[in-house]
Amino acid sequence: MSTNQDWPLWEVFIAAKRGLSHKHVGSLHAADSEMALENARDVYTRRKEGESLWVVQSKYIFASNPEENDAFFEPAKNKVYRHPTFYELPDEVKKM
Amino acid sequence: MLFDYVLHLADNQVIMAQRLSELCGHGPALEQDIAITNISLDLIGQARLLFQYAGKLDGRDEDQLAFLRDVHEFRNVLLVEQPNHDFAHVIVRQYLFDEFNFLNYQALCQSKDEDLAAIATKALMEVKYHRRFSRNWMLRLGDGTAISRQKMQDALNDLWSYPGEFFEMTGGEEILAKAGIAADVASMKPTWLANVTQTVKEASLVIPEGDWHQTGGKKGIHSEHLGHILAEMQFLQRAYPGQTW
Repeated sequence: MSTNQDWPLWEVFIAAKRGLSHKHVGSLHAADSEMALENARDVYTRRKEGESLWVVQSKYIFASNPEENDAFFEPAKNKVYRHPTFYELPDEVKKM
Repeated sequence: MLFDYVLHLADNQVIMAQRLSELCGHGPALEQDIAITNISLDLIGQARLLFQYAGKLDGRDEDQLAFLRDVHEFRNVLLVEQPNHDFAHVIVRQYLFDEFNFLNYQALCQSKDEDLAAIATKALMEVKYHRRFSRNWMLRLGDGTAISRQKMQDALNDLWSYPGEFFEMTGGEEILAKAGIAADVASMKPTWLANVTQTVKEASLVIPEGDWHQTGGKKGIHSEHLGHILAEMQFLQRAYPGQTW
């Protein structure tokens, strides 16, 4: 398994159908993007989970710091008017 | 005659699948372990369809055909029973087989036998991916480090005498091919060789010299390896006859 440690980590995103956004499903190891895509296909789409795959090397994801959660996310909590809950959604709009 | 032909196709898939299944839990990395197991499962699926069809012609069911025949009754090509040895051998064996499997199924999609054409159409999609997987690993390891290149060249040298058998046709096969039922494998050799040569070149490897090839598998004359494969594959049905899932 030593080779496994030499391969960088990749994050995998799957869109279940055309038109839906890609969702993070997990991570894997691969030597390059081509191998990451094939590995993602083999590890994460065995049960028809999706129709489109994105892979991105984990080191390129810059994440928010949990310790700053108060400053980052707390102010949004008491602003209900930002939610589109005051509208009647037409039936034709299926995915919101 | 058709029965023997379908059985030959099924045996190719089931023995290749059984060989690959030995790697489950032993792949070089978790991701490759799953990839190889996926290929094995695809091939078992194809073998099942073919055994079920052969069974319709013969009266035996798929389990009887897979688990209750002995070595000399198997009609798989010799390449698929060769041992895993190392990852280079696994990849080279897979690639040489995938290129053939692809051409063979592609031809069978046009078969006048509707069952065979339907099975081939389904299988072709799977084999396209197998070929992509094994081809990419040929390039990756052949054109990798000095050690990986040497291991791939050794594997290619070891296995090069086996693919020639793919393109030999039994008497029955020739008659079926003339009737538009079986694939004319003899005619596929130039395309197969051109595809393989291209990949081998891209992988910085060299096609081994000599065109002598091993033969016998399609007539039931096998290497010593097949008996060991069957001993494991057939153990349950032999020890506990009639067991089902």
